[in-house]
Amino acid sequence: MSSEARAASFSPADWGGGVLPYRVGHRKLGMWLFIISDSLTFSALLIGYSYLRASNVWPTPFPFFPSIVFSSVMTFCLLSSSLTMVFGVSASSKGEKGKARKWILATIFFGLAFIVLHLIEWNHLISEGLRPFSLPAHWVTVFTAADGSLPSPLFGATFFTITGLHMFHVFTGTIYLAVVAARVKKITHEDVEISGLYWHFVDLVWMFVFPLIYILSVDVGGHLAR
Amino acid sequence: MSAHIAEHFAGTNKLFISIWAWLLGLTLIEIFLAYRPMPIHFMLTILMGLSIIKAALIVAYFMHLKFERLSLVLTIVPILVVCICLLFVFFPDSFRSSDLRYRFKEEPPATTEESH
Repeated sequence: MSSEARAASFSPADWGGGVLPYRVGHRKLGMWLFIISDSLTFSALLIGYSYLRASNVWPTPFPFFPSIVFSSVMTFCLLSSSLTMVFGVSASSKGEKGKARKWILATIFFGLAFIVLHLIEWNHLISEGLRPFSLPAHWVTVFTAADGSLPSPLFGATFFTITGLHMFHVFTGTIYLAVVAARVKKITHEDVEISGLYWHFVDLVWMFVFPLIYILSVDVGGHLAR
Repeated sequence: MSAHIAEHFAGTNKLFISIWAWLLGLTLIEIFLAYRPMPIHFMLTILMGLSIIKAALIVAYFMHLKFERLSLVLTIVPILVVCICLLFVFFPDSFRSSDLRYRFKEEPPATTEESH
């Protein structure tokens, strides 16, 4: 018997704190607390990136194709994976475990599509010459400011760190969901819901990474293409 | 698991599809904005506003927080908002170091390669 099930049999009068004051199990509360701490990790990274960006000349190198098209399709994949995940959790709440498993497998598919597209996008940038601590030579020429200030070589460091950590979260999420899909008939509904919380969090982080990293670094005038 | 936790998952598939459509729509607006010429502060404000709306939709409906107890919402949301706002304390320093940057007033240097 789980501690939540035992707690439900208590009367609130048995102790002063009430039964399940948040009306969620301890595992779900634990996942929420993890999400809070992980949000702060990503916030700190994105604010560190903004700090560097505001104090330096910053390159804006992303062309419409491939970068923006790829990142938009990746956004679509993550948003759709969240939808399939919520369908999975919904099916699981009705006790339709087989259906829940199919929706979770669809979620994993979209997650893997995201990773593959992201790695192709990384490969474009790496083959162009982008490294964590240096820019491709032609980017330096194009993005040097009118007063002669050179663009920050830390573009690659921020880009690879933030998108890399996010991609790592997607990767661990697909493994987590694969375990949940495999064991869906043995675990409780709340455990499926908890895996959903983690997956939606990964989607939520991308809602900030995408505009800050990609949309704000669009090469609007096509300077690099010339 | 006790039934009162399991039966608690609210929201219809129709609702979730409409949230998904809203999220996609807001993303398309962001991509469209990327190609509008405007000052970066203005763009940043609009993009962050849209992202916060998207995040709120995901947290409220997909992560189901709208249907949880208010005590849970009040425990996890305000601390996060306050902590993130505290991180903004670093920005005055960022603007200061931007002003400290040496500017080549006469002519740009001959080499454009970074030397480290």
